[in-house]
Amino acid sequence: MASVARLKMGKPGTGRIVGDKWVGRAIRIYIPLLLLLVVTLFPFYWMAVTSFKSASELFDFSVSPLWVREPTLDWYKHLFTQTNFPHWAFNTAVVATVSTLISLFCSVLAGYSLARLRYRGADSIGWGIFVTYLVPPTLLFLPLTFVIRDLHLFNNLWSLILTYPTFLIPFCTWMLMGFFKSIPRELEEAALVDGATRIQAMFRIAIPLAIPGILAAALFAFTLSWNEFLYSLIFLNDSLVKTIPVGVTQELIHGDEFFWGELMAAALLGSVPVAVLYSFFVDHFVAGMTAGAVKG
Amino acid sequence: MGTAIKADAVAPWHRRRVRIYDREAPLGYLLLVPTLLILGIFLLYPFLFGIWLSITDSELGNLGNFIGLGNYRFEWRNTDGVFYTAVANTFLYTGVTTVFKLALGLVMALLLNQAFPFRRFVRAALLLPYIIPTVLSYEAWRWMFDPTFSVINWLLVNTHLVAYPGPNWLGVPANAMAALMIVNVWRGTPFYAIAFLAGIQVIPLDLYEAARVDGATRWQQFTNITLPMLRPVLLVVLLLSTILTFADFQGPFVLTNGAPYNSTQLLSIWAYQWGIPGGAIGLGAAISLVLFPLLTLVVAGVLFMLRRPE
Repeated sequence: MASVARLKMGKPGTGRIVGDKWVGRAIRIYIPLLLLLVVTLFPFYWMAVTSFKSASELFDFSVSPLWVREPTLDWYKHLFTQTNFPHWAFNTAVVATVSTLISLFCSVLAGYSLARLRYRGADSIGWGIFVTYLVPPTLLFLPLTFVIRDLHLFNNLWSLILTYPTFLIPFCTWMLMGFFKSIPRELEEAALVDGATRIQAMFRIAIPLAIPGILAAALFAFTLSWNEFLYSLIFLNDSLVKTIPVGVTQELIHGDEFFWGELMAAALLGSVPVAVLYSFFVDHFVAGMTAGAVKG
Repeated sequence: MGTAIKADAVAPWHRRRVRIYDREAPLGYLLLVPTLLILGIFLLYPFLFGIWLSITDSELGNLGNFIGLGNYRFEWRNTDGVFYTAVANTFLYTGVTTVFKLALGLVMALLLNQAFPFRRFVRAALLLPYIIPTVLSYEAWRWMFDPTFSVINWLLVNTHLVAYPGPNWLGVPANAMAALMIVNVWRGTPFYAIAFLAGIQVIPLDLYEAARVDGATRWQQFTNITLPMLRPVLLVVLLLSTILTFADFQGPFVLTNGAPYNSTQLLSIWAYQWGIPGGAIGLGAAISLVLFPLLTLVVAGVLFMLRRPE
């Protein structure tokens, strides 16, 4: 390192005075970062500001609309007393939790099997699961209406709980395969030599070591189910069984009339659970997002 | 098969039975059963069933009769060219946003890789658009693009960047498409950035040191070390992102729903409009199925572009 530094110093024109360096960093790092942050966060800020404005202030652009003059909680009160928002929040939470658990159960087993066990066809099944990405919900929702009808699941949360795993399992399996592959084989082999069965080795050694990965997969699955829109738009019509994204976009807009205050209050509240969850586990989240990509 | 027998059992005949499960194949397949069951019923079957639907005159909740390629013919010939608009838009939307997400994501990743105060906080904040429910953040954008009370236009007018009253974002075809793309880039860039950041952080530092000793400039280091080392990450990210953008439904549905005059029509939205509100499930299935060969082409294209250099 020292020699590198000296080499650099020795070259003409590279020696800079301290102030100049700071300006350079500002132009190179701080200003672009600030710009990115402003553009990224402004919609959330606008969401929050709008939700605290009174009806008259909402459409008053004669003074700066960027802050609230007389904050009010009216929209929030209205949301909880006059709409089915509490039901939607509850439904969303139930669907997200149960479909996450189902997907985790399936993909931990499948991920372990595909990453660790050697048998004929493992590679092609792994590929097959990856290829399901080519069949996104956009391609499936119309035929699925018949499947859901035949199972008598319309207006039933199970219609979502059973269909969400179709896009959660491939993602989680793929992610967990990465995690299982990163656990040294020797650990399990040592257990096998000591007389443990394959299933014991899996439950007592591989799965506990993969817990960070399982947590990351859980976060992903929960967020994806919390955000899902298309299936819930089509399978649920009764206001009481709707999820937040569908309830908000369908019932808080009446024809051409937009109740922006209420809409933004609902959007903010609907975003809070995932935002909180994510801020606690951001490192797991990032690790999970990139496990497959980096370890590939 | 004696699954009830505990592995801890000591009797030798027990142990012999247990050993069957130690052979990897049966256990391997067994562990895949729940996954294959769910994917089979709710993914593979609907997919095949959708192919059949597309050659029938089925309606919502009502299975129809076989009509051959009638739906496809109708879709191609009798819709005033909306089909071609939708295909072109789907490619345009995916192509343009992918280029921007790629470039901005790389910039974001390089910035986040620097040392600066509150780095963890900044990283978390920049990832937010990707986490927050799409539909909800798109509602905020719709409000920001409001025809009369657009805060974006208020900002643009007050900083004298555009003349009053500013562009009508969602009411004019070209603007609406641009708006759709802007919001998609806003939402998708963090995914690229975080993946790239992870990719950058596993590049061995001695590569850069060696390059520096050899007198390579910052830019040379970037093009000769960072970019080639990011290839595997790039491959995965591009694949996932192009597929998801190509079949994107919820964002465009909330923001423009194909309007104005089908100018932002995408295959996904068009299929929904025919299939659900329109009730023509067979036709809707025929439209959405067009996505499949196109998607396969796009994926093949990405794989080809990023093939391992010989």
